[in-house]
Amino acid sequence: MTTTTADRADLVADSRAPHPGSREGRGVATTAHIALILWSLLVIVPLLWTLLSSFKSTQEVLGNPLTLPHKLRFENYANAWTTAGIGRYFANTVIVVGCALVLVMILGAMCAYVLARFTFPGNRLIYYSMLAGLTFPVFLAIVPLFFTLKNFGLLNTLPGLIVTYVAFALPFTVFFLHSFFKALPGEIYEAAQIDGAGEWRTFFSVMLPMARPGMASVAIFNFLGLWNQFLLPVALNTDSKNYVLSQGMASFASQAGYAVDFGALFAAVVITVAPVLVVYIIFQRQLQVSVTAGGVK
Amino acid sequence: MTTTQEAVPGGGPKRSATRRRRPLTFDRISFMVVFLGLPLAVFVVFVVSPFVQALYYSLTDWSGFSAGQNFIGFDNYVKLFHDDIFLKAVRNNIELAIVVPIVTIVLALTLATLVTIGGSGTGTVRGLRNSGYYRIVSFFPYVIPAIVIGLIWAQVFTPGSGILDAVLSKIGLHQFENYAWLGDARTAMPASMFVMIWGFVGFYMVLFIAAIRGIDPEVFEAARIDGAGRFRTALSITVPLIRDNVQTAYIYLGIAALDAFVYMQALNPGGGPQNSTLVMPQQLFTTAFTKGQFGYSTAMGVVLAAVTMLFALLVFVVNALTGGRERKVRR
Repeated sequence: MTTTTADRADLVADSRAPHPGSREGRGVATTAHIALILWSLLVIVPLLWTLLSSFKSTQEVLGNPLTLPHKLRFENYANAWTTAGIGRYFANTVIVVGCALVLVMILGAMCAYVLARFTFPGNRLIYYSMLAGLTFPVFLAIVPLFFTLKNFGLLNTLPGLIVTYVAFALPFTVFFLHSFFKALPGEIYEAAQIDGAGEWRTFFSVMLPMARPGMASVAIFNFLGLWNQFLLPVALNTDSKNYVLSQGMASFASQAGYAVDFGALFAAVVITVAPVLVVYIIFQRQLQVSVTAGGVK
Repeated sequence: MTTTQEAVPGGGPKRSATRRRRPLTFDRISFMVVFLGLPLAVFVVFVVSPFVQALYYSLTDWSGFSAGQNFIGFDNYVKLFHDDIFLKAVRNNIELAIVVPIVTIVLALTLATLVTIGGSGTGTVRGLRNSGYYRIVSFFPYVIPAIVIGLIWAQVFTPGSGILDAVLSKIGLHQFENYAWLGDARTAMPASMFVMIWGFVGFYMVLFIAAIRGIDPEVFEAARIDGAGRFRTALSITVPLIRDNVQTAYIYLGIAALDAFVYMQALNPGGGPQNSTLVMPQQLFTTAFTKGQFGYSTAMGVVLAAVTMLFALLVFVVNALTGGRERKVRR
């Protein structure tokens, strides 16, 4: 070990010796740019190819993959939207994710607030069972969950899916908001109480608005997580008219071999990816800040 | 609780001691019931109870729709350990949990290092110029649904019409002209791993960039003055200082790799050639919802949970043994 490190130090020193600095530095920067460009290409090329293919006919798709589409077949998008049912799946997803997101943010904030700022017997137990719910694989629960929903008459319904989404996003939401509520200064709570605000009023008018940055971060993560959810709908929502986007895409792609309209399949992929990608590019700064905040915790 | 009620009207001196305890008004009771009761009810009914039920069902021969549900002890588990297909799936999952996190972390760390300390100039350690663009692009896959990532790459890998074979034969590698990456038992697993890694790297790159930026710049300065090159700085300064982030990343990635259901369902729904990409969750799903063997499939779920917990424990232990604690003491 000692020799190799010494060698390396020598090498670095040698390479620097002639021009103390700028050339070597620029060389490193160029190499860094090349490496990063290569990775960026690896990310972008498949996506661009998907976009191009979404304008091709099935015949063109099955032909040479490197050619450009002969003409822009926007009818692929129409076919994907109506014939393949992507429009319906899209609407279902918006309903399910929208309702689940609002509910989980409200319930999660309430639960996190109580756990963070009130002492009562069982507080820790609830907190740690939430933490356990965060780490256990959903697969362990999926079969009993199927029958729980069945017993409630919620199997294969959108409300059933919404309540399941809420339940499984709850531990994460509570866990992260807990630290935000914990950090809020206690004096403000006291002040609100002295001014005569009840517990309800204190929460909704004082504490919740103060936790807004935390709420925004958690909401972004929950939105992405729920929008991408696959296992829960595939197992618990098997009625094709209630499909959400992720499972609709999977079933569209797996439709027996030759019958697939490939142009429409690629169009469906673009329809699924584009809105989220656009939202991401607009909010990318906020999102990366959230990732950082979540990761440092 | 009744004592508190008496204590507060009791007067002055006691008030400060029981400052947080207030009389149980309607406002307060309704608040606690709704704020704690409602979320907990949802959590208990749809999360806790299914997990607990699963433990019991794994000890029965329940086939769901039939009335018969006999307690058979650990028979399901015994059967599992003689089930060659399931054991293959376990091996595949373990392989994924080793390879995917390591490759993802190494790649993400390399890219993050290039962005943060790859800049030119000698005076100070500088970030790369115009690197915001790379960060934004690398992060793309994180916002694409996993199922769609799988579907896109399934098309990329398709022999004949996929872009990968076309590009490879274009640059002279003609043996790949009609090569089925996902259809050959030798390459199906590496190709699937690549897809997962492609999906994960950007997110962890952003995470590591933030962690590296959080390091005190003077530490880098000191290393520079002592004559450490960039490579050595990255290896001896950056990695040890963001060790906790790496550990967290390893656990998250490992848990994701032990799942892998979505990716595998998109790339090779049937488990791949010779079950080379079959994972536990896929086998569990088919056993439960196609074959209807609910007792047996929940036993698989228990094994999956146990492997997940073991994995997390192992990461903690290895990190502690290789000096993760030491640094904290020193600091």
